[in-house]
Parts: sequence; C-alpha cells; structure tokens
Amino acid sequence: MRTQGGGIDARLLQLGEELRAEGVSVGTAELLDAFAALAQVTWTDRNAFHGALAATLAKSQEERRVFDLVFDRFFFRAAEAAALREGVGEPEAVGAPPGYKIDLEELKQQLEQALLELDDARLRDLARLAIAALGTSEGNPAGVVGLDVQRIRRALGLRSAIGADGAASSVRREALARFEALLRAELERAQIQRNEALGPKRPLTELDRALPSGPSADLVAVHRVVAQLRRRLASAGSELRGHHRHDHVDFRRTLRASLQTGGVPVVIRQRPRRPRRPELYVLCDVSTSVSSAAVFFLSVLHALHDSFRRMRSFVFIERVSEVTEVFARERGFKEVSEMIAREAGVADVSGYTDYGRVWTELRALIGDDLDRRSTMIILGDARTNGRDPRVDELAALTACAGRTIWLNPEPRLYWNYGDSVIAAYEPLCEVFECWTARQLEEFVKQLTRTVPA
Amino acid sequence: MEALPASVDELADGLRDVGYLPGGETALVAFLALRLGKPVLVEGPAGVGKTELAKALARHLQRELVRLQCYEGLDEARALYEWNYRKQLLRIQTEAQGSAWSEVQEDIFGEEFLLARPLLHAIRASSPVVLLIDEIDKTDQEFEAMLLEVLSDFQITIPELGTIGASSRPAVVLTSNNSRELTEALKRRCLYLWLDYPQLEHELAIVRLHAPELSETVARKLIEIVGMVRELDLKKPPSIAESIDWARALLLLGVEDIDAESFTQTMSVIVKHRTDVELVAARVGVALAAAS
Repeated sequence: MRTQGGGIDARLLQLGEELRAEGVSVGTAELLDAFAALAQVTWTDRNAFHGALAATLAKSQEERRVFDLVFDRFFFRAAEAAALREGVGEPEAVGAPPGYKIDLEELKQQLEQALLELDDARLRDLARLAIAALGTSEGNPAGVVGLDVQRIRRALGLRSAIGADGAASSVRREALARFEALLRAELERAQIQRNEALGPKRPLTELDRALPSGPSADLVAVHRVVAQLRRRLASAGSELRGHHRHDHVDFRRTLRASLQTGGVPVVIRQRPRRPRRPELYVLCDVSTSVSSAAVFFLSVLHALHDSFRRMRSFVFIERVSEVTEVFARERGFKEVSEMIAREAGVADVSGYTDYGRVWTELRALIGDDLDRRSTMIILGDARTNGRDPRVDELAALTACAGRTIWLNPEPRLYWNYGDSVIAAYEPLCEVFECWTARQLEEFVKQLTRTVPA
Repeated sequence: MEALPASVDELADGLRDVGYLPGGETALVAFLALRLGKPVLVEGPAGVGKTELAKALARHLQRELVRLQCYEGLDEARALYEWNYRKQLLRIQTEAQGSAWSEVQEDIFGEEFLLARPLLHAIRASSPVVLLIDEIDKTDQEFEAMLLEVLSDFQITIPELGTIGASSRPAVVLTSNNSRELTEALKRRCLYLWLDYPQLEHELAIVRLHAPELSETVARKLIEIVGMVRELDLKKPPSIAESIDWARALLLLGVEDIDAESFTQTMSVIVKHRTDVELVAARVGVALAAAS
C-alpha cells in the first residue's frame, strides 16, 4: 500500500478518522496504544490484528460493535482500492469452466454442512460459487446488492429454523448472517470490479449500530441520553447567570469603592442579580397504559432531580402522591422505582388513571405554591378511561403556573383516538410528543432555551 | 523480573493449564496487557469469568493476587493507605517527656505508621503482583479519578511522605458489570475486553473441565438448556459459574439424563428469581416434557 504514500501508519490514522466520524471517541492516546499493541502481535493473523486494534480503540460494547463494522468496511474498501489501482482482478466464476453447470442440489448440501461447522473459508468459497451459479440478475440493473442477496438466499432455500429444534436456531441464525455478509461482500467486490470504481461509502444506520438488546439494555440507553441531557441542563442554567444586570445599586460596595477616589463615588457598584432558578413541578403517570414509558419517564425524573434543586415531583394513577422525598433519599434508579412502586400508594381500586381526580387533588396540594416562576411538566398519555377529564381543574392549575408542558409518550398518530383526551388539554399547555430519547433531547433544547428567567 | 509470555498461544496454554479456558480474544488482550504494561478493563454480564481471569493470571504467572473489592462509598483510607493513628498516639505518649515536638512529628509520619491498603500494597510489593480491582462500577466517580494516578503512572502520592513509585509493575485487571458508564479518562488508560456468554462448544469445554465426571451427552444437553434459558428475557440469566454448579448438582444427585422432572427439581441452581422461575418452568420445562 505504499503507492498511496504513508504506509500502514497513515492507514491506521485513516481508520481512526472513520471511527471518529461514526462517533467512536478515538483520541491520540488510543492510537498510540494501538501502534504499541500492533508491535506485539503477528500481523499475518487477521484475528490478532483485529483484536489488538479493538482492545485499544473501542472502549465499550457499543463502540466495539461500531468498530467491527467500520473495520470490515474500511479494510474491504482499502483492499479493493488497492486492487483497482494495481489492476488485479479476481478471475470470474471460480473453478467453473465455461458451459459447466453448477449443481444446485450439491451446492445446497455443501452449504448446510459448512453452516453447521461455521467454517469461514469454506463459506466464502461457497458464497462465490453461489454467485457464479445464480449470477447477478438482469432485473437489477442498478446493482442493489441487498436484492441479489435475498434472491440467492431464496434460491438456495435457506431458512433460519431447522425443523422444530429451537435450541440450535440462534447458532444457525448467526451462521446465516455470516453467510449473508460474505455474499454481500463478494457481490460488492464483483460490482466494484465491473464498474472499476469504488461506490460511495455507506454510513452506518441506526439499525446497524443497535445491539441486540432486551429491556434492560434499553434502560441503559435512556440513562446515557439522560446523562447528556443533565450536562446540557446544568450548563444551560449557568449560561443564564450573569446575563442582564439589575439596576439595584449596592450602596455598601459603592461606598467602599469610593474610598479609592477620596469618597467620590466614581464607580457605581450594582447588586449582582441572583439567578432565578426555575421551579419545576413534575407529574408522572405510572399507570399500566404507560407502563413501558413509565420507566423512561422515571429515569427522566431521576435525572432532572440531579440538576434542579427546586423541584417537586409527583406520581399519579388514580390519586396523586409526592415523591420528592424518595428522590432526595435514594440515589440509585432501581431503588427509587422500587420505593415508588411500594410506597407511593397511588393506585386505588381499579388501577386506571383518573385525570379529573388527580387535578383536584393536585390543586389542593400545590395550588398555593404555584406562581409565575414555576413550570409544570406533565408526563402522561391523557387517557382518562372514560372518566371526566375536568379541564376546568387543569385550567385553574395552569393559570397559576408560569408555564405548563405536557409530554405524551404516544406517537402523535394515536392521539385523540379511543379515550385519549389530549385535544381537550392541548389549549392549556404546550404538548410534545416524546417516546424516544431523541425527542426528549429536542424537548430539553426547547425547555432550556426559553426557561422563564 | 520474571519472563513475560512470548506469544499469545503460550499465554493461552498457560491459562488452560491452571484451569481457565480463555476465548480467543481473552488471551490476546491479556497478552497485550502484560506486554504493554497497561491495565485491562473487563466488562460483561455477571458470571462470565471476569474475576476468574485475574485469578488465573495470578496462578499462571505465579504472582500474588491483590484484590480490591469496590463498593459504594469506598474511600482512599480503604483503598490506598491509612495512618495507623493508634500507634501514632502511643508513640506520642511514650515520647511525651523530653523530646521536641518537631522530632516526634517527623517520626510519626514514617513508613512504620503507614497501613498499606490493597493499592499501596500492590505498588510497593517487591515482586510484581496481579492487582484485581473488582466491580469498579460500584464506586463513585471521585474514586475513579483517584485511581487514575495509580493506573497510568503506577505511583501513589502521600502528602506527608511524597510520591511512592512502583518497585515492580503490577498487572492490573479491572472488572465492571456495566451498571454505570465509566469515565472516559479511566477507559483511555485501559485496554478493553468485552466478555460475553461463550459459544456452545466453549462453554461445554469449560463445564467438562470443572465437572469431568459428567458424561459428555448430559453435559451437552445441559449447555443447550442453559442456552435456551438465556434466550428468554430473564431478570438474571444463568452464568457460566451457575452452569458448572448445575453440572455438579446433577453429579451429586446421580442424575443420568436431564428430563422434565430432574429439570424442575434442580432448576433453582440456575434460575434465581421467582418470576424467572415461573417463566423458565413454563417455557423450558414444557419443551423438555414434550421432548421426552
């Protein structure tokens, strides 16, 4: 690879650049470590080379996944680019003399065998054979690789489940995914060779990045976004500080300063303006209709509590209950949610949300404390289960508060269907659709931009 | 200084000899860590052999294992060093008559009165040790920041004494269950290793190593069932350690084959939440009953 100058060092730096572009934080320290690590392993072993770079450059499970994808893409493209430059092509259709017909049945059998053994080299050969046998289709002139992959897969009759044996299915799924990746690589290679140019680089999609995950992994993702959010909230708060000055003269400090000028108050000292922190009142629906969102909301609540001192939080289903204390006492998210489930006592009889009753109770609780400075955030789906929404009660509350924000965990599509009465509440408050971490971030941007100061 | 392993395979063989079967990447990263003298951060679900890796390294390299178990609220006095103030008091009392304060003061902040906690102990050891910092994610960020000096420069600064450098470079293994995101600064100083549940064959080899009396067919069935259980969405999926425990339990009970009955009897070895037990019994137990 000397021809393009720079040798392997430059290559690695390029790899580092690509990783950064995909959001992996690769610093100079990491790259230095990578070079040091490469000095310790043999480069002829692909796994050792890959492993040494992975251990030094990717520092979490998510980063590792992105690293693997970028690594494959980078070196595949680098090798292809070099091949193009040198004019080295793969011979078309391996081992098949013209006119020779590859036996599909035999190919299928061999493939099943290779899939069982997870033999990488064998799978690669078979992928090329399969392409040679089934060819690239004429109906796909644009050369969309994914279409060809699916077509070949169908032609070979590959399915992820073998019989009723469920246990082997995960191994088999992996093997199939591996085979598909090889097919894709071979098809791309053939395409590059035909066009004699590298196609545009395909950036990783959200789906590529997503780890195969369960609900607990999702929680981790929410936590990460909330942590970013907390940083933004914290810094946004301090930005406001020291903006406009008050016009109150600090008499004592002005006199003190005047001593320098013989008692003449040349410099007027003003009283520093105390940054007015927003007072937050957060109401969180924890009923079953929002149970999946409730975890999300509770973690938001949890994070908000870390950044805002003057904040009171409430949870509600049929009744409302203040949980500020719980958040003050417990640090871990798990403990908090357990305590709320155990102690809040918000479910009465049915376990269905009763918004009307909640507004009434809430007005008795905090009606007197609300003023122009306070912001109310309501997290709920506005599904009243057919009960009276009591718009008038909420109106009385919002009239007291400076600002009211409603975060609805349902996609906008479902609003006002069934027992959702969000339309009735909408004139009273700012309603946001919020069911992903990104929408939450969007909302926070809005919140911190126009915090009543 | 003893010889470090010359190649990845040598280290892998060595670990195998002391009863730890490393996956391909595990041996590689451990090898790099030893050669580069950098700490390894091992992350992964509970019970995949993160702690065991450090123990095996210590056994293989014939080094002492110094273990620092982290927990919330762990502070310098428990991790680094502490002044033995009782002894200092005694010293002051015995010297009270006739000696100047400055002498005493110099005296009582000497090495003699220093209680070495795991980190200081690891740094001061005359022959290199394996330092295991277990469950680093349990501590708070302040503690992590304090570790940085130890991990990058292998030195500890004691205000009264000055900086104590490492007389030998310890091999450091940090483990984390990923319960919170560690700081970038800490990660930057470490090599990263993600340990996941092993492949079927690999886990089979591990179980066979620890319960050699169990017949191959039963062991294979056991691993397949554990794999099935892990695919369910459980609060706590069974770990490798629990697979081994289960294998031993089956041996003790003299079970010849795993059927629905013996599964429900011994299931509690691998599943440890009430809701999980119900789920597993419903899915796996029924599947076993149907198979037999």
